[in-house]
Amino acid sequence: MQALQSVNEFVIKFANVNGTGSASANNLFAKAIFRMGLPVCPKNIFPSNIQGLPTWYEVRVSERGYLGRRGGVDIMLSVNPQSMPQDIQEVEPGGYFIYDNTKPLDLRLIRSDVNIFGIPLTRMCNEEYQDPRQRQLFRNVIYVGALAALLDMDFAVLTGLVEDQFKGKDKLILPNIHALELGYQYAQKHFECPLGIRVRTADKVGDNILLDGNTALGLGAIYGGATVAAWYPITPSTSVVDAFDRYAKRLRIDPGTGRKNYAILQAEDELAAIGMVVGASWNGARAFTATSGPGLSLMSEFLGLAYFAEIPTVLFDVQRAGPSTGMPTRTQQSDLLSAAYASHGDTKQVLLFPSTPKECFDFGALSFDLAERLQTPIILMTDLDLGMNDNMSPPLTWDDTRRYDRGKVLNAEQLEEMERYGRYLDVDGDGICYRTIPGTHPQKGAFFTRGTSRDEYAVYTEKGEEYEKNMHRLMAKWETIKEWVPRPLETTSEQPTDTAILFFGTSEESSMEARDYLAEDGVPLNAMRVRAFPFNDEVESFLARHERVFIIEQNRDAQLRTLLMAEFELGPDKLKSVLCFDGNPISARNIRKQILQQMPGYNVTPLRRERLVAGAENRS
Amino acid sequence: MSYQLPKFRHPDLPVNALGYTRAEYEGAISTLCAGCGHDSISGSIVRACHELALEPHKIAKLSGIGCSSKAPTYFLGKSHGFNSVHGRMPSVVSGANMANRDLLYLGVSGDGDTASIGMGQFAHAVRRNLNMVYIVMNNGCYGLTKGQDSATADAGSASKKGDPNPFSAIDLPGLALQLGATFVARSFSGDKGQLVPLIKAAISHRGFALIDVISPCVTFNNNPGSTKSYDFVREHAEATGTVDFVPMREEITASYAAGRTQDVTLHDGSVLHLEKLAPDLDPFDRVSAMVALQNHTALGQILTGLIYMDKDSRDLHDVMETSRRPLNSLVEEDLCPGDKVLANINASLR
Repeated sequence: MQALQSVNEFVIKFANVNGTGSASANNLFAKAIFRMGLPVCPKNIFPSNIQGLPTWYEVRVSERGYLGRRGGVDIMLSVNPQSMPQDIQEVEPGGYFIYDNTKPLDLRLIRSDVNIFGIPLTRMCNEEYQDPRQRQLFRNVIYVGALAALLDMDFAVLTGLVEDQFKGKDKLILPNIHALELGYQYAQKHFECPLGIRVRTADKVGDNILLDGNTALGLGAIYGGATVAAWYPITPSTSVVDAFDRYAKRLRIDPGTGRKNYAILQAEDELAAIGMVVGASWNGARAFTATSGPGLSLMSEFLGLAYFAEIPTVLFDVQRAGPSTGMPTRTQQSDLLSAAYASHGDTKQVLLFPSTPKECFDFGALSFDLAERLQTPIILMTDLDLGMNDNMSPPLTWDDTRRYDRGKVLNAEQLEEMERYGRYLDVDGDGICYRTIPGTHPQKGAFFTRGTSRDEYAVYTEKGEEYEKNMHRLMAKWETIKEWVPRPLETTSEQPTDTAILFFGTSEESSMEARDYLAEDGVPLNAMRVRAFPFNDEVESFLARHERVFIIEQNRDAQLRTLLMAEFELGPDKLKSVLCFDGNPISARNIRKQILQQMPGYNVTPLRRERLVAGAENRS
Repeated sequence: MSYQLPKFRHPDLPVNALGYTRAEYEGAISTLCAGCGHDSISGSIVRACHELALEPHKIAKLSGIGCSSKAPTYFLGKSHGFNSVHGRMPSVVSGANMANRDLLYLGVSGDGDTASIGMGQFAHAVRRNLNMVYIVMNNGCYGLTKGQDSATADAGSASKKGDPNPFSAIDLPGLALQLGATFVARSFSGDKGQLVPLIKAAISHRGFALIDVISPCVTFNNNPGSTKSYDFVREHAEATGTVDFVPMREEITASYAAGRTQDVTLHDGSVLHLEKLAPDLDPFDRVSAMVALQNHTALGQILTGLIYMDKDSRDLHDVMETSRRPLNSLVEEDLCPGDKVLANINASLR
């Protein structure tokens, strides 16, 4: 049988039962690869459950630096009998299936085109450990040790990591190293090591870090000067506020008084969470909330108020698979339309699309500047894939000379000099008016903030022309906003082409990888990553320059494409869809296939709608 | 009905410690119906703030949606106001209060805004002991949508439409007590003598102060058969006692009958002077307050006055140990840890 051969380019997947401590062992594996100088991309695929259901951890190792999902599994390490039938089916021909053979493998599962290795993990643990919890935990560490031998990993890197991980709990270090050695020795003794697939120390990670997007967002909020966080727990956004809390406890305690320079309110629901953010922002603090799809739906009334009354508001939406409760622990980019036009009436909301942890940090901090500068909600759209998985990312940096942009806020002296203050008076002609913070001046600057129509001096009015004037000004502001939001990033093909791909957020890595494959297929593509809504003029001219643009996104309804068509009044012919919505991050192979199928002349097997709907085409 | 507020003020109007006349605390002219109880409450708020010599710009007045929530336009014109969304004023105040602990937060709500759509937010603001005054202008009906029964309408009470309300009423003071409120009072829009000192005491209280003010709706719910009409409330109100509020700067000069009075010092040094009328109520004992409230309800009476106060109340900032400086006054130096810290964080992620 042909065995897959590869050095430093492969996909390995771990099949575990959740609640058994596998996460930290799997993490240890990924981080060891990373410390060996290899780009790595681990992804948790977990159920909406605390204990007992199948969970997977997929690690892409790529010396070439491909960090998206490739599709397919070269090595499956399965210790969960529940999922073994499915697990073994996923392995590529010539790939490797490593499993716990304490209980023999069901003969019907055996595939002749897969290399099968059994390690009696449970038996080894039962012999070695008395405590049931230890038996469970060390089983995971043992298979990491075995992998070290099978993949020819640097064992010293693993032991170094264990030492770092248990610093301060030193008595845990030796038992963990012992478990690693147990696995290592077993593999050395029983198998021919290394496998055809293996790793070799490289120097390809530079000064990159391994970080999840949610932690980066929490840190972005710290650095961006947020003092009020209001939230309601919801997967997959919870770790944003957890991270903010954790770092605030370290970095935001007043050294003189020991008191907190921040406030975190766990609200009774998402309606209250966003209401608290609106109240705090109205009162001059930088405030944010983090939520996911269902929370976004609940927040939409307040988002309309903040849009119309022009109150800075920062919301981090960590998207998951909808509609309704959907698949709470699976990823999607499917809140685009409901966020872009959140709330009743004519509303348009500003969206930011980060694609790396560094961008989560940068855009997270930037959100507060933009919200105050533009006096409107800023909705940062990330997703479960970016938010809850460790991603390789450039290091986080901060310019210490940077000052917060508090936007147009009048102080007491400025108010003193004014004849009459008008909250909604467009003095500068950019659609953005001057606001005041309560308590600024004894006689001037107070006004009534309201969601009802009012004139330029914030006085209630139902005059149609006043209302219309205000709505026109908000559109003028929308034009101004285009100049402030992050610009798209463009990559031009070496070969001239009239075809392009356009994507945002977590579709970036897989899209750019697919683009390389497609260039080899003879389909050169220009590429654009959109980083904000409203779309800047560059997006419009990019679309205009191309005959055919594939819009790559992770939802069923091609929401980004719909937005582009609506905002630029484009016909549907030019924009083609590449979609993935099965809850897994989109893979490079999937993108390549969908693009080839839609290219004239390459259309060998036409894309049948029923297959698309069934999701069959979306599995890689 | 007048549609313009006269500019003329008597030159000898009394001024307060800040040198302000009461006019400095007034708002725009009311667009509520003539005789609306809400306007009387607005008047009491104006009087209380004037007499306490509060700086108007240090007060924030917030409301939800409804007739009651329109009222903040009609008082404290020099204060910032926020007419938010229906039933969500408590969350907006919560955020605002977190941002700046130094302002006085005056929340105005109605029975629909509080007891129906806003019940959740009301309950949670109470249990967090958010430092605010929460005034419910309670008329038992929805005025702006023409008189439907609200959740505080008593069972059997009939509004102008004539159908008796079949559902049991939500009693806001009783609910607030159960939720752990630290200041609970009820009053009547027509009784300024009682309402003004209660508002003053609520302002001085540190924590959540609820005043449920029965405020008849002259248009839809002031008819015979309604338990929220002027006549019914006047006949059935039963005061817990008389309340006199003495700001810190003033001496207590009034004389009261011996034996039935009690002085309570509030957080800011002001003194609350209580003269007890209801023998079964100890307003500093939550259980006693709950029992008294139930007893009066059973007798068909409306217990008014100060029902309960926790003298040792700790507000949300106390519990959370937030900075004594308002969070909205903190600057980069207080908030941003800088690049060096970030470099350490990066190092821990490799």
